[in-house]
Amino acid sequence: MRVTALTRQVATGDAQLTILQDVSFEVMPGEAVAIVGVSGSGKSTLLGLLAGLDTPSSGRVQINGHDLYALDEDGRAELRGRMVGFVFQSFQLLPAMTALENVMLPLELAGDLAAREAARAMLDRVGLGGRLHHYPKQLSGGEQQRVAIARAFVTRPALLLADEPTGNLDAATGAQVIDLMFELNHEQRTTLLLVTHDESLSRRCTRVLRLAGGRLENGKNLT
Amino acid sequence: MSLVREFRLALRLLGRDQRAGELLLIGLALIIAVASVTTVGFFADRVHRALNRQANQLLGADLVAVADRPLPPEFETEARRRGLAVTRMLRFPSMVIRGEKNVLASVKAVAGGYPLRGEVRIADRLYGADRPATDIPARGTAWVDERLFTQLELAIGDVVNLGTAQFRVAAILTHEPDSAIGFINSGPRVYVNESDLAATGLVQTGSRIRYRLQLAGADAGIDAYREWALPRLEPGQRIEGIRDARPEIRSALDRAEKFLNLAALVSVILAAVAIALSARRFLQRHLDGCAMMRCVGASQGLVMRLYLMHFAVMGIVASLLGCTVGVLAQLALSYWLASLASVQLPAPGWLPALHGVATGLALLLGFALPPLAAIGKVPTLRVLRRELGAPRGMGLAGYALAFAVIAGLILWKAHDLELGGLVLGGFVAAMLVAGVVTWLLITLLARVRNRGVAWRFGIANLRRHILGSILQVVALGIGIMALLTLTLIRGDLLKAWQTSLPPHAPNRFIVNIQPDQIRPLAEFFAARGVVRPPVFPMVRGRLIRINERSVASADYVDDRAKRLIDREFNLSWATAMQADNEIVSGRWWEATAARADQFSMENGIAETLGVRIGDVLTFDVAGQRVAGTVTSLRKVDWDSFNVNFFVMAPPGLLERYPASHITSFYLPPGRVDLLNALVQAFPNFLLIDVAQIMAQVQKMMDQVARAVQFVFLFTLLAGLVVLYAAIASTQDERLYQATIMRTLGASRAQITYANLAEFAAIGALSGLLAAAGANALGFILAIKVLNLSYAFNGAVWLVGVGCGTAGIAAAGYLGTRRVLGIAPLQVLQRIA
Repeated sequence: MRVTALTRQVATGDAQLTILQDVSFEVMPGEAVAIVGVSGSGKSTLLGLLAGLDTPSSGRVQINGHDLYALDEDGRAELRGRMVGFVFQSFQLLPAMTALENVMLPLELAGDLAAREAARAMLDRVGLGGRLHHYPKQLSGGEQQRVAIARAFVTRPALLLADEPTGNLDAATGAQVIDLMFELNHEQRTTLLLVTHDESLSRRCTRVLRLAGGRLENGKNLT
Repeated sequence: MSLVREFRLALRLLGRDQRAGELLLIGLALIIAVASVTTVGFFADRVHRALNRQANQLLGADLVAVADRPLPPEFETEARRRGLAVTRMLRFPSMVIRGEKNVLASVKAVAGGYPLRGEVRIADRLYGADRPATDIPARGTAWVDERLFTQLELAIGDVVNLGTAQFRVAAILTHEPDSAIGFINSGPRVYVNESDLAATGLVQTGSRIRYRLQLAGADAGIDAYREWALPRLEPGQRIEGIRDARPEIRSALDRAEKFLNLAALVSVILAAVAIALSARRFLQRHLDGCAMMRCVGASQGLVMRLYLMHFAVMGIVASLLGCTVGVLAQLALSYWLASLASVQLPAPGWLPALHGVATGLALLLGFALPPLAAIGKVPTLRVLRRELGAPRGMGLAGYALAFAVIAGLILWKAHDLELGGLVLGGFVAAMLVAGVVTWLLITLLARVRNRGVAWRFGIANLRRHILGSILQVVALGIGIMALLTLTLIRGDLLKAWQTSLPPHAPNRFIVNIQPDQIRPLAEFFAARGVVRPPVFPMVRGRLIRINERSVASADYVDDRAKRLIDREFNLSWATAMQADNEIVSGRWWEATAARADQFSMENGIAETLGVRIGDVLTFDVAGQRVAGTVTSLRKVDWDSFNVNFFVMAPPGLLERYPASHITSFYLPPGRVDLLNALVQAFPNFLLIDVAQIMAQVQKMMDQVARAVQFVFLFTLLAGLVVLYAAIASTQDERLYQATIMRTLGASRAQITYANLAEFAAIGALSGLLAAAGANALGFILAIKVLNLSYAFNGAVWLVGVGCGTAGIAAAGYLGTRRVLGIAPLQVLQRIA
């Protein structure tokens, strides 16, 4: 992944508020990178832009040689479905669907006919083989995050983006979830990019990017 | 905090909500709910008054005091004192003579101001263009109708004798406003001035004169006068209002009232659904804010009071706005109706506005208060743990309150315990059935798994909030049902009603046929190629005893019962029952009945008089007592305009008493010559024109249909508000789901398909329910209210499901399109 001079500004009344300014860095395949910074430093915005969930004011994001913002919205969605997995702080499972259906969803969206088997295997892998037909509200927080991790890895994404994945979990459960994420990261050789406050989590990453006031403090020199 | 300061805080909160646009939806729902209710109320009120007045035109007044001797002068002075319009009319049969020709005619001597309702129309030559009369006949002149004009071979300006006075014929009478009264006695008609009456010498003891004091005025004044007059009536005097009018007109008005009330009820129910959906959304949006307020020190009571004020202010403002919209809308509609049917609608009363505000507040109370209770109880901890205190539905008490409000409104709007109970019971049963059916269908749809992710996603959404889905399906179903009923079912019912009137329904009655004229009459018809109508014998008798109890009009509260006791019944006999009669209880007699002392009674009259099977009725017929046991009760189709009798006997009971005969037949248009020939051949016959009565009844029914159509248009509008509220109440959820899907790689098309699948399923289910409901409604209306047979309409299913699916899918697409335009990150950040 190559990020070049990424800038994001929003208009607030008559002033321009700069959330991200001139952020550039590269991430190599299989790397695990933590993005850290205080609240409001632009971490989540950066993560969103890396996933193509918003549009930057300027700059480029390339994933496996594809220029994310040269694509239209549907093109980006298709790229996400193929290459990017997501884990959120608040799990973001669809409450209308069972654990199995939630994990099947990205595969189905990509038109995978073997979605059910793959999703079942993935849930087995994260230790939830016995809870396939439970709805999110019937699962504990840790279980929900494991479903979310299964959903993120089931497409075998090249890149996994995680936004405070342990933020809503107690320490012990958080640690289990992190273990799981790194195990899968190794198994699938996925590139891991995560936003966190959690020191124990950032220590397990190969490298740490520090954001402050929308600028990267240690980005370029580490690429 | 003082109440005033709390109130100010509540207003400030209200203002903030308003700015955030959150209250707009609930306010709009309330405004349209109240607007539809008041529009219906005002409009129905005006139409009802118009219908009453229209029906009053058959009386020529709003109220008539009738007597066979001159009424005491206090009846007139009291009416004038009360500010009512008053005029007098005397009516009596008399021979009208010109040279050697003479005809038995019904003479009306009228005073200035006649008629108070409706109009008299006159023409200057036979079959010439007619015009409304601006005055009554001048002294010394008479207006005669077409029949008399032809029978006496008159020309305008000719002189006729009436008793000992002479009258110059000044005009031909073409239309009279009170033709429906006592039509048995109507014959050719002559109008003269009341002041000429003394000169005729016809007013003497023994003259068969009816004195009619005609009154008109505001409803309240008329009702008050009726109250005043009733206790002062003596035997031989009675009060006739529209409520006492002829059975066929009465039943038409009853139907009109039921029809309009039913239409109003549908709007009330839809309004409740819209309020419920909006209030739920309001609750969901305000839980966090409430938790925060509790967190910073507001007591549970304060939070409750603040929102209570909040809602009260909004409820009153929205209700008043709704009333204003209602007033304007009904004005527009009335103008439209007036231009269509040239009906002058009387001004509405102010009561519907009060009803509207009361309805608005009641709906708010029933459907917004229960969620409000949840707001007060929100745990403070929700600030930290958002999943706490999520809306858990309204709870049992909430549902009970909502149901009580709806039940109260329905019973109140129905003005009729039986109808209200029927609708309420039907509503509850329909809701239960619809709910269970919807649940089954959604569960069934969810089983159809391998239809792609969009389908799965859409149906999963339905299944997740099964109660919400059921509510949406049922609410939209009601809206579509109103639409279907308005279009297809209404057409069906009108057609059924029109075809229930045979195309050649009798339009003329012949009364006073003597026994030796029956055969010549049959030959008369045969010679002219007209189907020989059945002739019925008729004996007049006064009901004097029911079982051992002698009857007097004073024993009855009901006006109609009083009048029936006062006047003579027309009794008849037959071996077989008439084809348009139907036995409701008991049995019709065998052809070879062993007992002749039996009666069969019309069930409506039996109910009025409190007569049951097995009761012994005693009639005074020509001074002799005739008794018989009631062995059957019959339902009579008065709309058929066939000759029918309240009381029938088997052959053998009444034959020995002096009888005349009666028949009815269809006179094709343009065959007035047949009438003239008939009168020439049988000068003693009294010929009655019922075509005019029928035309008036038909016109009334047509106006009812139009009125219901307008009323249903507003029901449809209310249905659309429900749809909007339903879409809006799930908007946040949709936005969230769409965002997650897009994050996982879904294209816009996939999300659109998922939404379409969900809305199409809702639409199809609503359409299905609507079609079933519309057919059921049509069936109930036809069988229970209109007494018609009903053929189930297959097109309703096709149109209901087709239009429901397409329409709701399209509306859902438009309503949720916005979801696709927002960058996913914004939504995710808002949620986090």
